[in-house]
Amino acid sequence: MGDNGAGKSTFVRQLTGVEQPTRGQIVFDGVEHSFASPIEAREAGIETVFQNLALADDLDVPSNLFLGREKFRFKFGPFSVLDKKAMRDATTQALIKTGVKIPNLMNTIRNMSGGQRQCVAIARTAAFKSKLVIMDEPTAALGVQETAQVENIIRTLKEAGEPLILISHNMRQVFDLVDRVVVFRRGRIVANLRKEETNGQDVVSYITGAKTGAEFEGAA
Amino acid sequence: MAQTSHGIGGLTYDPAKKARPPELNVLMALVLITAAFELIGRVFLGDSFLFNTRDNVEGIFNWQRLNIIILQVSIVGIIALGVTQVIISGGIDLSSGSIVGATAMIAMSFAQTELVNGNPNPKAIFGDWAMDLPVIVPVLVGLGCGLMAGFVNGALVAYTRIPPFIATLGMMVFARGLSRWWSNGNPVSFPTEGYAAIGKGMMPVVIFVSLAILFHLILTQTKYGKHCYAVGSNEQASRMSGIKVNNHKVLVYSIAGMLAALAAVVLSSKNLTAQAGMGVMYELDAIAMAVIGGISLQGGRGSILGTVLGALIFGVIISGFTFLKLDAYYQEMVKGVIIVGAVVLDQWRQQKRGRG
Repeated sequence: MGDNGAGKSTFVRQLTGVEQPTRGQIVFDGVEHSFASPIEAREAGIETVFQNLALADDLDVPSNLFLGREKFRFKFGPFSVLDKKAMRDATTQALIKTGVKIPNLMNTIRNMSGGQRQCVAIARTAAFKSKLVIMDEPTAALGVQETAQVENIIRTLKEAGEPLILISHNMRQVFDLVDRVVVFRRGRIVANLRKEETNGQDVVSYITGAKTGAEFEGAA
Repeated sequence: MAQTSHGIGGLTYDPAKKARPPELNVLMALVLITAAFELIGRVFLGDSFLFNTRDNVEGIFNWQRLNIIILQVSIVGIIALGVTQVIISGGIDLSSGSIVGATAMIAMSFAQTELVNGNPNPKAIFGDWAMDLPVIVPVLVGLGCGLMAGFVNGALVAYTRIPPFIATLGMMVFARGLSRWWSNGNPVSFPTEGYAAIGKGMMPVVIFVSLAILFHLILTQTKYGKHCYAVGSNEQASRMSGIKVNNHKVLVYSIAGMLAALAAVVLSSKNLTAQAGMGVMYELDAIAMAVIGGISLQGGRGSILGTVLGALIFGVIISGFTFLKLDAYYQEMVKGVIIVGAVVLDQWRQQKRGRG
């Protein structure tokens, strides 16, 4: 959590290789990494749901899930033939895993509501073996119903034992969904608290700077 | 799946939002326009546009007319197949007409025959060494030139980040200049028999239809095709998803350049000559075919099938005006109206869907 401009998104962008950190190191799964691009981070097992949904409007659900990592029937450079059936089946699996219901997989994303699109973006992270899923304000642009829908999916993923980092402004959502709260203020991590040992008031005072804790470095 | 299934949180799916394939609209337009010509013909000329009205020829349809309809759009149609891929990927290619001019001159220079009616070829460009070469030589030289021009287009668009409109406009002017410089504006003529066979009779149609099927399969079934739609739909998302967007663009423009060169080979073979002014305005006709065929200029939407239908609409209009014995000027004016109409319809359709 953290106020606007506290550095949450920047932190995530550096973790996922969108931006390069100027100092410090990223240790993930016991190995030091320097990700030059989101693709490298993804290959290391970090899946991200970005704030600006990285979906192609004119493609259907399976194509979006497998964008950039398609399955093939046989390989022939750029003209490799797609294995549409395998991708469709894997998409159905990923949607079952996340509890997302999309009426027609072959519909383009353009025709879907904001909530459905966000669900597709989240299902995308679940379609592959990931070690960590990062979500940058997944409900920021959604209405009440759709937010509930996305929160349900996050809960499903969590119950399935998927490690998650959730970035959010919404105190209720955070206390609803997470085990551990990390607070950012002015580009630094000022608190790293277990949910049971803290409360909303406490977190707010860290966010506003009324209370300052020991400084943590690179707590990922 | 059930059409009214509910998502979590009570979200319902509105089946009305599912779009009708745009190709269907284009097909309907084709049928309507053809029917209009048929009707006007019956009423005012007492003759049929589509059907055979003569006793001395076999068949229900007027096959001669049907052949001409498709033959006269085949060569520009070949170019339109490449332009379609460029537009779906979110770009535009203005250079194809000029590439036709330049590659026709160059290819024909390697396709000349030494003796014309027993006299030395009066239009010879090179010396004896370039005479009566096997047909594969001019074809490969032509395709190679087109590939190079397309590669330059793609590299400019992908790496210098200048708008495709400007990059290909530059190529358009450059290639037209090249085609004039090549032989000081003189035509290059008298090809070998082998070369002349490429565009003979209905060969342009055969080539156009085979390529249309090939690229239809490529666009619908391969990674390249999927990435065309992805890049045209959301370039940033494609990049973040690991698609090598720059490489893809270079490939798309290269293929478009090669198809323009192939059209040049077919055209110069059909006409038995190459001239510096060949292919003028072809780029716009090709874009128009694609647009009429429902290819969105915003990228991400459209299909080869649409472009083929768009090309047929073009052919029907040209033949229809000839059939009604109207001046060619009207053709141009009507074509202009149809192009604008097609884009306006596409935009309305998008807005309607966006609101729904």
